[in-house]
Amino acid sequence: MSEPCKMKVEICLGTTCYVLGSFRLSALEEQLPPELADRVEVAGAACLGLCKDRNYGKAPFVRINGNRVVDNATIEKVLDALKEELEKCNE
Amino acid sequence: MNNAERTRRELMIRMIRDFLDGNLAETIDRIPVEMRPRSAEPARCCVYKDRAMLKYRLMALMGFGMEEEDDETRPLRSYLADALAGKNHTAPVLSVCTVGCHGCVDSHVQVSNACVGCFARPCVASCPRQAISVVNQRSTIDRSKCINCGKCMTVCPYHAIIRNPLPCEDACPVGAIGKDEDGLVKIDFDRCIYCGKCFRSCPFSTIMERSSLINILDALRARRPVTAMVAPSVTDQFPGTIDQLFAALRLAGFSSIMEVALGAELTTQHEAAEFFERMARGDKLMTSSCCPAWVEAARRHIPEIVPMVSSTPSPMAYAGQLARKAHPEALTVFIGPCIAKRREAQKDPNVDYVMTFEELGALLAALEIDVISLEAPPLEAPAASYARNFARSCGVNQAILQEIGDSKPDAEHPAIDEKFINGLDRKSMNLLKMYAKGKLPGNFVEVMACTGGCVGGPCSLAR
Repeated sequence: MSEPCKMKVEICLGTTCYVLGSFRLSALEEQLPPELADRVEVAGAACLGLCKDRNYGKAPFVRINGNRVVDNATIEKVLDALKEELEKCNE
Repeated sequence: MNNAERTRRELMIRMIRDFLDGNLAETIDRIPVEMRPRSAEPARCCVYKDRAMLKYRLMALMGFGMEEEDDETRPLRSYLADALAGKNHTAPVLSVCTVGCHGCVDSHVQVSNACVGCFARPCVASCPRQAISVVNQRSTIDRSKCINCGKCMTVCPYHAIIRNPLPCEDACPVGAIGKDEDGLVKIDFDRCIYCGKCFRSCPFSTIMERSSLINILDALRARRPVTAMVAPSVTDQFPGTIDQLFAALRLAGFSSIMEVALGAELTTQHEAAEFFERMARGDKLMTSSCCPAWVEAARRHIPEIVPMVSSTPSPMAYAGQLARKAHPEALTVFIGPCIAKRREAQKDPNVDYVMTFEELGALLAALEIDVISLEAPPLEAPAASYARNFARSCGVNQAILQEIGDSKPDAEHPAIDEKFINGLDRKSMNLLKMYAKGKLPGNFVEVMACTGGCVGGPCSLAR
């Protein structure tokens, strides 16, 4: 058996993301469903620098595994992205 | 975060950024169009109405309400010039933008089509006014008899009876807001206590506060000395530590920064002493006085309790005295989550302006100051933790109990029997009327207009 998939979620706590709603995302950890709970590590991050790059859409931003960005992030959107990542990893 | 909060904050960030860049006069009339271009999905009936509301919100951010608009063709940059000349803030701190008012129907209880016309008919049985009858297999409410008590709602097994709310009127603890003859919202400023509950509750963002933002930004940009007085409710409002937030304020241009909790220490000492003086002279009850919405509510709606309201100045008032003394040349800006403080500040010569946490968040975002990444030395003279706790429901009680310590009660120092009101609404206003008549136990009542205390304030950043 291979290593179980581990995922890292960074919630941007930079001031712009925070003001535009990332403070609401701290509840993410408690809302992880059982299949994600022990695979996902949630952490706050200093400004990810994404709000200066208009290509990424709008704050608040969340980054998964250092490469996938969720913009206009809500807990639901982040959970959907995590489930997709888990599927990819399990393939 | 809902669309109204998000739009308000985006607009603030944009306005602040352009002002500090020095080009707001050129951009301000373009902002509503740029935020809602013709291609955008409208959030109201059309993008034109969205733009109109953004325009009035920009006016409010400059300290003007729709009520002051006597010429609809007047451009925003002209209001900006007036604001910078100090010609704003001539009217109450709350403004009603009737253009945005949905004209909601009056709050009432009604039967929805989920009613199945059941056999037991608990709604009929529960109605104290016999207002419900069953017509064609469906419950029907006789409007001329219904008192909107909601008893039928609670007993219906199908949840088929619902309350159709009038959000602003339902939220107001003192009956100061309602609809006028043309069905649009109106505030009666003889009754208003500036608690800001209508501001939070209106789903159409019709209620606005006349902000002092432009005047504060103008002073900061000109590098004039400005003292920031940060309310104790700041805990948990920003990412990072209070040390980092103070470092951020310094970067934003404030020349000195102080905790209003230092004022709360003085309020505690004086209020505890005042309590014993009052009890010694035979008073039965004293209430706290740090919440300006409560003081206003007492004055306007429960005159019989006014003699029992503590005369000790609020933490903001003490902090203003300290700030003036330390830096007489500096403008003083109270930063907090409160609308009623704007009103209190108008009457306090030591507090020049009030800024909300939401506005401060927008300022730091506009300046791209990343609070959580800042290196910050610890505060030189941090306020006591009981004083920082002042902003939470029961925090005043705890501070006063701590001040009294475990000294044994005696003839001059009777035991304190502390009670609290956590949030003003119609029910708690009635309780306070009973306290005034001496019909409830307790000799000290802490009153906070916002649920949870100031930390639940209408202009808090994170709640």
